[in-house]
Amino acid sequence: MQLFDELKTISKKHIKANKKAGEKVPSGLWISCPKCQQSIYHKDLGKYKTCPNCYYGFRIHARERLEWLVDTFQEFDTDLETKDPLNFPGYKEKLIKAQQDSKLNDSVLTGIAMIDDVEFALGIMDPYFIMGSMGTVTGEKITRLFERATQKNLPVILFAASGGARMQEGISSLMQMSKISQAVKEHSNAGLLYITVITDPTTGGVTASFAMQGDIILSEPRALLGFAGKRVIEQTIHQKVPDDLQDAETVLKNGFIDNIIKREDQKEKLAWLVKIHSMKGAF
Amino acid sequence: MPKILKKKKTASEIVAAARGLKKVTANELIDGIFDDFFELHGDRKYSDDEAIIGGIALFNGIPVTVIATDKGGTPEERIAKHFGCPEPSGYRKSLRLMKQAEKFNRPIVTFVNTSGAYPGRSAEENGQGEAIARNLLEMSDLKVPIISFIYGEGGSGGALALACGDQVWMLEDSMYSILSPEGFASILWKDSKRADEAAEVMQLTPEALLKQEIIEGIIPESNSHRKVCKEIKKILAQELKNLTSLTKFELVKRRKERYRKF
Repeated sequence: MQLFDELKTISKKHIKANKKAGEKVPSGLWISCPKCQQSIYHKDLGKYKTCPNCYYGFRIHARERLEWLVDTFQEFDTDLETKDPLNFPGYKEKLIKAQQDSKLNDSVLTGIAMIDDVEFALGIMDPYFIMGSMGTVTGEKITRLFERATQKNLPVILFAASGGARMQEGISSLMQMSKISQAVKEHSNAGLLYITVITDPTTGGVTASFAMQGDIILSEPRALLGFAGKRVIEQTIHQKVPDDLQDAETVLKNGFIDNIIKREDQKEKLAWLVKIHSMKGAF
Repeated sequence: MPKILKKKKTASEIVAAARGLKKVTANELIDGIFDDFFELHGDRKYSDDEAIIGGIALFNGIPVTVIATDKGGTPEERIAKHFGCPEPSGYRKSLRLMKQAEKFNRPIVTFVNTSGAYPGRSAEENGQGEAIARNLLEMSDLKVPIISFIYGEGGSGGALALACGDQVWMLEDSMYSILSPEGFASILWKDSKRADEAAEVMQLTPEALLKQEIIEGIIPESNSHRKVCKEIKKILAQELKNLTSLTKFELVKRRKERYRKF
C-alpha cells in the first residue's frame, strides 16, 4: 500500500502560474544598474541617465548626450556613406536600421560646439550604432574633425564609446586607426588641446588609437575601458579575471587616465579645461 | 616550378600556411638579411618583452634599426613569448628603438608575424591600448623611413602598431586582417567553426590587400629560407634607396597620404 496517493497530493505540477500576469505590469519601470545591481526606479535616472547609487552613466545615444552637454552645435559631414568594401552580406540592412535608431549616418556625431563663449570641435560616439564600432565613415568623420580643428585653431573634445574596429568593413576599418592618429598628431603638433572622455564601453581599436591619445583623458564613473574583451582574456590565461579589471576606477589606479567625472559635472569642467588652455601663461 | 603552374591557394590555405611551422623565423630573417645585428633590450619603463626582438644592424653597409616579432622555437620559448603576441612593454620597447633610430637618422625595418597584441590580464593592467595608440601617434611623423614586412600573421592592431610606416610588404603565404578568421566568425556568425568561410570573406590574402592598396607588394616564398631572405634583401635595397632619397618633409607627407586615402 502506498503511504500517500501521488495523484491527490498537491505538487509543483498542480500549481500553475498565470503566465500572462507579467503583461499587466508595464516594463521598464524598474531598471537594474549593470554595475552595482541596484534596482532603480526609471525616473530616478534623471536627465543624465546615471545610477543614483554608483554614478555609472547608462549608455545613451549621441544626440541625447548633445542635448545637455552644449549650448550650440553645428554638425558636420552628415552625408558621408560607406563603400561597403567587403560587400558583406546583411551589412547594408544593419546600417539602415542603426541610422534610423540613432539619427546619425555612422557611429559618431561631429561638429563645432559652444559652452558659454568657449568654442571647440566635438565628437560623440554612439554606443548603440552597431556597438559603436568604427567603420570607414566613422574614421573619416573623426579625421575631418581634427583637420578642421587644426585649421581653425580649435581644441577637440571627443566622447569615446566603441566595441572597436568594425568587422563588416574588414581591414579598411583597421586603417582608420592610423588615419585618425595622423590627424591627431598634426593637431597636437599645432599646440592644440585634445581631451578624450571615455564612456561605457570603450574597447579594441578605439582604445588602441584616438581614445588613448588625448592630452587629457577623462572617464565617466564605472565605464568599461580596455583593449581585449573579458572572455578573450579568460580564454587566453585560463583564469577568471576580476569584474572590475577594466573599470575606469581600476584603469585610473593603473595610471592610464587622468580623472573621472560625473555626467552632471561634465559641461562645467570641460568648459573650464578648455578655457584654462587658452589662457596666456607667464612665459 | 614555373609560376603559372602553381595552383592558386584559397584564403583558408593561406591562413594555414601563414601559421605553419615551416615559416621562416625572426632570427633567420635577421641573420639572413643583415650583418652584425646587435640586440637592444627593454622598454626603459619596467620590462623587456621577449615577443619582440629589437636592435641595430648593418644592411649593405648602412646602419638600420631592426624590430621583429618572434613566435619562438621551443615550447618554453613559445610560452615566454606568448606565441608572438607582444605585451605593452614590447610596443614600448619598439617605440623607444624607433625614436632612437630617428635621433641617429637610421631607417627602421620591421618584421611582423603575430596573431595580435597579447590579450592577457597583465597586458590590460599595463595599458595595452595605450601602448598601441602611442605607437600609432608617434610613428605617424617619425622622420626616418619605416618599411614593414608581414611574414606570417598580421593580426589587427597588434600588427598595425609595428606596420604603420611608409611601406608594407607581405610574403606570399601571409595574411593581414582586422581579427583572426575564428574571431571574426565567432563575433559575426556566433560560430568559430566557420573560420574558413570567414577567411574567404575577409579579403586577408596578400593579393586582395594589394588590390586595396593596403600593401605595396608581395614577396614570393619558397621552402628555402635563404631564398626568402634574398628576395626581401632585393626589395629592401631598392625601396630604402627610394625612401632615403626623399626629404624628411616629403617622407612624412607621403606617409600621411598613404593612410589618408582609406
